[in-house]
Amino acid sequence: MKLYFKYMSILFRSEMEYKTSFVLLSIGQFFVPFFAFVAIFFLFQRFTNIGGWTLYEVALCYSVTHLAFSLSQCFARGFDAFSSLILKGDFDRILVRPRGTIIQVMGSRFEFSRIGRLIQSIIVLVFSLSNLNIAWDAYKVMTLVFMVPSGVFIFSGIYMLGATMCFWTIEGLEVVNVFTDGGREISQYPLSIYNEWIKKFFTFVIPFGTINYLPLMFILNKAEGSKLLYMLAPLFGLMFVIPCTLVWNFGVKHYKSTGS
Amino acid sequence: MRAYYSLFKMRLLQGIQYRIAAMAGVSTQFFWGFMYIMIYQAFYSSTTAIQPISFRELIQVLWLQQSFLVIIMLWFRDTELMNHITSGSIAYELCRPIDLYSFWYAKLVAQRLSGALLRCFPILIVACLLPYPYNFSLPPSFISFVLFFITLTLGLILIVAISMLIYISIFYTMSPTGSLLIFGVFGEFFSGLIIPIPLMPEVLKKFVYLLPFRYASDLPFRIYAGNIGIQEALVSIIIQFAWIIALVVIGRFWIGKALKRVTVQGG
Repeated sequence: MKLYFKYMSILFRSEMEYKTSFVLLSIGQFFVPFFAFVAIFFLFQRFTNIGGWTLYEVALCYSVTHLAFSLSQCFARGFDAFSSLILKGDFDRILVRPRGTIIQVMGSRFEFSRIGRLIQSIIVLVFSLSNLNIAWDAYKVMTLVFMVPSGVFIFSGIYMLGATMCFWTIEGLEVVNVFTDGGREISQYPLSIYNEWIKKFFTFVIPFGTINYLPLMFILNKAEGSKLLYMLAPLFGLMFVIPCTLVWNFGVKHYKSTGS
Repeated sequence: MRAYYSLFKMRLLQGIQYRIAAMAGVSTQFFWGFMYIMIYQAFYSSTTAIQPISFRELIQVLWLQQSFLVIIMLWFRDTELMNHITSGSIAYELCRPIDLYSFWYAKLVAQRLSGALLRCFPILIVACLLPYPYNFSLPPSFISFVLFFITLTLGLILIVAISMLIYISIFYTMSPTGSLLIFGVFGEFFSGLIIPIPLMPEVLKKFVYLLPFRYASDLPFRIYAGNIGIQEALVSIIIQFAWIIALVVIGRFWIGKALKRVTVQGG
């Protein structure tokens, strides 16, 4: 873990050498999701609700997804941009070092400009929470706190799977975007508005539903019956990273270098 | 003129080589199309009030957006062109006995066109086969199809004129990311790709109509869907022409200025 922070501080300092570019990028990163939220806001001016959810409830859904997405983009970007490591043969260098591969790949790249996106999500979160009337108790707070890290783990897990595929394809695959960007877009809204098979896919296969839709059912008092399952849903999301790690290790074993 | 034409043809053929990438793009765009349709369906089913664009018309617009994404996206970029500017190899471009603006223009149009030609047919054909009400269908009349075709062609010319301004701005900023991001984000919003323009609040709608962006994508697609009548379409074609002329004049003037101050280093 110490090593990871070391990587982080070095890359942070190197990025700070180009301050203007960093600031501009962060501002840009702020505006990309900002307009997406403006669009949601305008849609709710015309339509009062979506599948029984109001603007503020959807905003909460949206902010959790985007918080998780921006954090994962910042910290696990190494996996997302992994194909360049393979292409240049730089992965060989990682393999010969006496440390784990996961931590080194993660440390190979950070996207600090995602802070713009993060700030935007926090603003939406505050906007939503200040307008919602929730009877908070310890369980609800805990559930809410767990939702974001769970999302970070899911996004990172998908990056890892995408990176693992690079061992065989060398090139990065655009298809992975369907799960990262697509998953992000889909989970901006509560999963209940989608088709049955999409709902199932994003609950059981790639568990985006567990980071906002299911726990929010509990927080917003929409759930009936046993509440425990809804509360524990984020933990199920956390577990998604376990199979991803196994797949990654399997991929590393099959790695053939491309370098000379 | 022949030089531009052959360059255009070459680029077109070059672009068509990347079939696998295009196929991957097609499947992604399908996913996106379905997702938007489901979201809007959920919105539309929440109210009985009549909207400025019907759900059926909106589906046509959404499928067209996905099929012609390469034509209408501002952030679709040509890295080769940017490298010319930032790396200094623009010196070679300047040695050529042709006008740089038209040269790049032809290149960019061909690139967008080849991308769109590869992607639009598979998407549209499969979208046609979907069950009602999700399917893509024929336009209300033959005239609206002709008008759609004309406005989309002019839209392509217009969007390239806008993107030329982005490339010229790189002469000043030397880094493509900033201007591309800002132009891309605002352009996407104002051309109705994030939220369809008919669903925007009235004040914003008026403002968006004053900008050039919507004339590239929103206009042709809504003509096809039958949301914009023939009379309005004819007036809009004149506006399209006006924007194209204005933007090309600005672009030519600006590139002239930028090239005067360009310094190429290295030997």
